[in-house]
Amino acid sequence: MILSKLCARLRITATPFIPPCLELEKNVTRNMHFTYVPDKELQTNVETKRLNMYQAINDALRLAMEKDSTAVIFGEDVAFGGVFRCTMELQKKFGADRVFNTPLCEQGIAGFGIGLANQGATAIAEIQFADYIFPAFDQLVNEAAKVRYRSGGTFDCGKLTVRAPSGAVGHGALYHSQSPEAYFAHTPGLKVVVPRGPRQAKGLLLSCIEEPDPCIVFEPKVLYRSAVENVPLNFYKTPIGKAEILREGKDVTLIGWGTQVHVLQEVADMAQEKLGVSCEVIDLVSILPWDISTVCQSVRKTGRVIISHEAPMTCGFGSEIAASIQERCFLHLEAPVGRVTGWDTPFPHVFEPFYIPNKWRCFSSVKKIVNF
Amino acid sequence: MASKLILKRIQFSLLPRHIKQLSTVSTEPQFLGIQSKFTNELKFTNDQSYEPIPIYRILQPPGQTKDENHLLDNETLRKMYFNMVTIGIMDKILYESQRQGRISFYMTNSGEEAVQTGSAAALTLRDVVYAQYREAGVLLYRGFKISEFINQCYGNYLDKGKGKQMPVHYGSKELNFVTISSPLTTQLPQAVGAAYALKRSKGEACVICYFGDGAASEGDAHAALNFAATLDCPIIFFCRNNGYAISTPTSEQYKGDGIAAKGPAYGINTLRVDGNDVLAVHRATQYAREFCINESKPVLIEAMTYRIGHHSTSDDSTAYRSVDEIAKWNEFAPTIKFRHYLENLGIWNEAEEANLIKSKREETLSVFTEAEKKPKPSWKELFTDVYHEMPSHIKEQMESLESHLKEYGQHYPLGSFKEMK
Repeated sequence: MILSKLCARLRITATPFIPPCLELEKNVTRNMHFTYVPDKELQTNVETKRLNMYQAINDALRLAMEKDSTAVIFGEDVAFGGVFRCTMELQKKFGADRVFNTPLCEQGIAGFGIGLANQGATAIAEIQFADYIFPAFDQLVNEAAKVRYRSGGTFDCGKLTVRAPSGAVGHGALYHSQSPEAYFAHTPGLKVVVPRGPRQAKGLLLSCIEEPDPCIVFEPKVLYRSAVENVPLNFYKTPIGKAEILREGKDVTLIGWGTQVHVLQEVADMAQEKLGVSCEVIDLVSILPWDISTVCQSVRKTGRVIISHEAPMTCGFGSEIAASIQERCFLHLEAPVGRVTGWDTPFPHVFEPFYIPNKWRCFSSVKKIVNF
Repeated sequence: MASKLILKRIQFSLLPRHIKQLSTVSTEPQFLGIQSKFTNELKFTNDQSYEPIPIYRILQPPGQTKDENHLLDNETLRKMYFNMVTIGIMDKILYESQRQGRISFYMTNSGEEAVQTGSAAALTLRDVVYAQYREAGVLLYRGFKISEFINQCYGNYLDKGKGKQMPVHYGSKELNFVTISSPLTTQLPQAVGAAYALKRSKGEACVICYFGDGAASEGDAHAALNFAATLDCPIIFFCRNNGYAISTPTSEQYKGDGIAAKGPAYGINTLRVDGNDVLAVHRATQYAREFCINESKPVLIEAMTYRIGHHSTSDDSTAYRSVDEIAKWNEFAPTIKFRHYLENLGIWNEAEEANLIKSKREETLSVFTEAEKKPKPSWKELFTDVYHEMPSHIKEQMESLESHLKEYGQHYPLGSFKEMK
């Protein structure tokens, strides 16, 4: 192990939810509930580099800062590089007035970002864990989401982007595992996205930063180091509001986002192998606004659908999708819409393997739905 | 929060081990984050440890003001007085109109006209204003027209906010007055962010952020004061301490020396002024503004005043305070105090007073009648400005309402709304 990596490991391993370093990646992956599936290789001449997700995010932040001199990055502990290393080297490169720590106060971070954006500056705020976004709920829901509407379009905070690490990580328990996207999906005025890997994370983040509406990016933290793929080094954007069909199929539509997309891809393999069932896997990408037409088109073709997310079932975003599907695809449905989600409990520590909607629960659901 | 504790532990373990020992063996404390000294005396620090912050004033009881240093010209003094009187007249008419059910809601400014006018007069239009809701006089001084106030209260199609918010939730891009929202104190950390942006753009301007003594209890106030201090933001936090938050007296709001005493605890330069003294408010704000811009640091001003009117048209304040108390403060109303000062200077008289009141009353009433006749915006505006561009799901919902109205339109007040293609 080279010295720099050892140092990094010493500093970071005490935070138990971060896979210690890339050398250990394979061991760690074995204990994870999913197998990361890199995006298909690009058939272009664009220069790429193998990056993990935190490096891709770091690259996006660097490009955004280079492009826009009003852009600032702030939050708790971002100055030294962030507890997940997403802001590494940025303060050195752009100065302490553009990349800086704030006091430890989430409502302050969100409010401060809205104010910057009111003045036309690009505000990139970090909430250290999505679990800690709730103190900022008022600022995000009552303020950020409504500035444009309530002022008749005379003021806005469109240049605000909030990044927050989210989702299961193996041992994050109640407050380092949550997936709060459904709370925000109920808020007109916000845009909410969840990336599934490095390439998409970079493109989505750059879109959010330039989007003229306030955006929240929930970054599945388990992917920061475990997801590695070739990422284009240029400035590019991934559209918000568009779902992606990751593999085509004709029997069952599987819908997920973030880490769960990788679980569903494995489930599709298993279904093919063990049941001879062909699954179409859709990464929803964008929770608000969501791509209802891609979803419905797929369901009209397959007639069966399973939605899967880590967050609890009751009023999870799966409910919204299920209701919309039955409303729009009623005559095409061959079976009830299935939801495989976290249970309606807080996210537990030692019981995590039983809590998460893993491939076996999803597979079992596919089996049931094809036999309905 | 667990992750933060863990992180603290890591940082601590990385610290040189000798620091802890140093703090006990050396004569000067070595603790990180404070500059202090050791003591052998075991004693609480509390409100007895220092004098309450005094109240700065210029206007003495009638006739005694000696204000050699105050260099306001007669024209500005008169403009300030016009502003104070006008806001009072507009309040009276709009309050009554709510009572008659012509607008849905209103909040008056009585007793706080000096706070609003004095501070507004010390600012430029480049300075950004974030307000709570009882700062109409600030907006008026900056040039907002009476018709604009009334159009907003009616939510007619001339309202820049397109009728989306309750009355008195004003805003103006041109006048750099950020649109008001109901959630208390949310504007404070936002104002700090705006001040940070101003500092980076190196404009010769600051942000002023108004809030009440009740709003100061919200978590966002703590966030804002702390962020402004640590991030060196050119902002004036302007607290209107009027004694009440709806029915809650300040004795149930805080136990310390008002809001001002919090300033130094955050490392913020602080002033307390007589909020019924328009000259003192003006001077304090001017002083604060210069400091903010030159030093790129925040200032806290607490203006002591009294809310003479009810909290809002949904409130009867005699349910929790005496009529005598209100009457006493009415006697020392800031407008009356200022009028004496102007009369002593010889730049105001009885006849001018009568003329001003008559003309402003007539103007307000005619604007009011006009505004009442104007239709509300098209119902389609309900769906606009949620996002920069209307997403397809909202478009679908708009079309759904449209087809519903084609069939059931007679059950809706379509006649009072503008047509839109």
